Amino acid sequence: MKDWRFLIREQRGTLIAMALFVVMFTIYVTNHPAGFTLNVVTTASNKGVLLAFVAMAQTLVVVTAGIDLSLGMIFVLTNCLASWLVAGSPLETAFGVVAVLAAGLACGMVNGLIVIYGRLQPIVTTIATGAIYFGIALLLRPVPGGEVNQDLADALTGKLFDRVPASLVALLAVVLLIWIPFRRSLTGRAAYATGSSEAAAYMSGVPIRRARFVAYSLAGLLAGIGGLFLTFFTYSGEASAANGNTYTLYSIAAVVLGGVSLFGGVGSAIGAIFGAFVFRTIGDLLFVFDLEPLWQPLFQGMVLLLAVCLGAFRLLQIRNRLDYFG
Amino acid sequence: MEALATPLFRMVGISKRYGGVNALTDASLAVEAGHIHAILGENGAGKSTLIKIIAGVIAADSGRMMLDEREVTFASPAQASRAGIACVFQELSLIPDLTVADNIFIGDPPRRFGLINRRAQRRMADAVLARAGAADIHPMAQVRDLPLSRRQLVEIAKALARNPRILILDEATSALTQGDVTKVFDVLKRLRKEGLALLYISHRMQEIAELADICTVFRNGRNVATYEAGTKSDNEVVELMIGREYRHVFPPKPAPIPAERVPVLEVTGLSWSDRLRDISFSVRAGEVVGLGGLDGQGQRELLLALFGVLRGVTGELRIDGNKVAVAGPGDAKAPQIGMALIPEDRKTEGLMLPMSVRDNLSFAALQRISRAGMIDFAAERRLIAEMISLLAIRSSSNDEPVSALSGGNQQKVVIAKWLMVTPRIILLNDPTRGIDVGTKQELYGLLRRLAESGVAIVFYSTDYDELINCCNRVLVLFDGSVIRELEGDGITDRALVASALSIGANDAAKTGGAS
Repeated sequence: MKDWRFLIREQRGTLIAMALFVVMFTIYVTNHPAGFTLNVVTTASNKGVLLAFVAMAQTLVVVTAGIDLSLGMIFVLTNCLASWLVAGSPLETAFGVVAVLAAGLACGMVNGLIVIYGRLQPIVTTIATGAIYFGIALLLRPVPGGEVNQDLADALTGKLFDRVPASLVALLAVVLLIWIPFRRSLTGRAAYATGSSEAAAYMSGVPIRRARFVAYSLAGLLAGIGGLFLTFFTYSGEASAANGNTYTLYSIAAVVLGGVSLFGGVGSAIGAIFGAFVFRTIGDLLFVFDLEPLWQPLFQGMVLLLAVCLGAFRLLQIRNRLDYFG
Repeated sequence: MEALATPLFRMVGISKRYGGVNALTDASLAVEAGHIHAILGENGAGKSTLIKIIAGVIAADSGRMMLDEREVTFASPAQASRAGIACVFQELSLIPDLTVADNIFIGDPPRRFGLINRRAQRRMADAVLARAGAADIHPMAQVRDLPLSRRQLVEIAKALARNPRILILDEATSALTQGDVTKVFDVLKRLRKEGLALLYISHRMQEIAELADICTVFRNGRNVATYEAGTKSDNEVVELMIGREYRHVFPPKPAPIPAERVPVLEVTGLSWSDRLRDISFSVRAGEVVGLGGLDGQGQRELLLALFGVLRGVTGELRIDGNKVAVAGPGDAKAPQIGMALIPEDRKTEGLMLPMSVRDNLSFAALQRISRAGMIDFAAERRLIAEMISLLAIRSSSNDEPVSALSGGNQQKVVIAKWLMVTPRIILLNDPTRGIDVGTKQELYGLLRRLAESGVAIVFYSTDYDELINCCNRVLVLFDGSVIRELEGDGITDRALVASALSIGANDAAKTGGAS
């Protein structure tokens, strides 16, 4: 019985990201003046989940060997939409949440339809649709503003039963309701197969188009969940191009840190979530060591580069040079 | 004409054109349950097209297909699969990043509440791997980590997992070791007994003789003959296939190389990882040294090590008596070493498929035909024309993408590309795999001419006939060591098989250790 060895090999990227996060977070809380308290964890969680949602979204597309550069803009668009709709009576609020998530899903579906049935390159397509989504966001919120149902917002950004950060529970719920079913469904496996070798997947009679379509659609939905949470944190909507672009690029960084291969077919959204946490923790570490926030991009860049280098250590072990290309 | 039982599957008047080429013309075929039906024909005879049509990969231009006497059309491999047709393709259809079990059940994994049940899948994978005679493959291993011969068994297991009514095997044994072939044959015979219809495509006549009940020969896109197995001699069959007078395939055996001739290539104590162990041999100018043994005993690695592809190789390499270090193909092809490697997989390591025949031919020799970094187009044209006529490469134009050529012509392009650097040492890695008889014959002739012009050749082949007829000497590898060296008339079927199975390997190891 060496089944566990094969399992570890399969999940290596995810495990490394987890370990990296545990190390960084331990350094963070041991140096934090308040120490390992619920408040510290909740704050960290609230900072981390936004990128975690967008990184999960990016994972879905990246495992099919695609890339979605519009996710940050879907994130911003759904934020603006939520600042109009997620307010008022509980019923109105509920309707607003459904509408915002449907909007995210619709954006993802549009990406999927164009990429798959239009046979266009994902990069170009999603740059274009991202610009369109941002345009709509600007029309919705020419200037920052709006409101959100404060009870709901506070409930989802506070602590559940005074024990656990609510945002972390929400993230877990999304993993259980969206990621796990996807990973274990025929469609999810087809998505991995497509990313690993599209020709072999086709020859195996795997539903390639459905898999890619579902991946892009769910990515839109997840980015929409991210946008919704952004609204809960800020109580308002803002059509910020900088924010959208940052989240798009950071989601790719988080995915790489989480062991998801940009070539497709390898990796897990769980890894990407930890990748996102790692990326966020860098800023927190600067804070506890009293470094200027100005240093943040520099350090984030260095950690990302280091992580990519760690991934490349595997290449040092390669004894057959042909494996560099395989 | 025999039409006793109603055929399970029938195709009538099937035609298919690619551009201006007729791949199939009015072809028909009837397949019966409980029979193994062999399809024979040269590459380009239309076999692959025929199978792709049956498997739903491509659609026929005209003609009808009937399953259980009901007309069917398949728009995709998935549809054909649902109708009970499973195909083991020559180009493997496995997903490298998924596990063996994931791959076997890729189309229809066991599910509970709509989600894949990995535990049940694991169990079923164990069972189906055992059924395919591959119980030694771990279902949770990643396909990426398996050697080619294991992958082929996984591919067969994957087809079996669909419980097909018609199983198509397209060159399915080409990468298998002899032991695996026997196991697979037992499996196929059992399936025949269970009432499956099997379509079997192979270039290996012995396999067809052992397995087939009925044979159909294709030539130039038409089915030219269908006969009961065993009613025609090999010579008659080959004549049907190539449609010309059948000459002996191999050129006469080479004359012995004078012992006093100095070696061009000398290898001493070559080791790498745990795959190559203390290998020593030399090759003289004009000599063809074969590598034999079961597939996967280190032959491929040995060639890659010589060509500088592997890292961490120990041992000594001498060219013309001078010690050299080869740090990669770039070094290996430089004039002072002058080595060329004809790779195993022409589609990934040999050719840039979408690029033109011209570009593919001149890639390896670009340094030779450029001046100050600029390509000398006149020199390129001259050299390419020379190669195309030397190897009789058939293409409609040099600007045609090399992917449009037949398998045999593609292989010629790979060889020509390396001849353009005028190598003194040529390493060949199973160069005739999946190639038609006509092209094989041309390649054997070419090998002989190259040897006669003084090139030293190291030739790995999985086909023992080739080793027997083309080589001056054969090194038999087992588990990364040379366990036996056969020479001249000593290279026989019996000797090759016996030493490949490592019968008497202990003695060889003892003598090797004592000297």
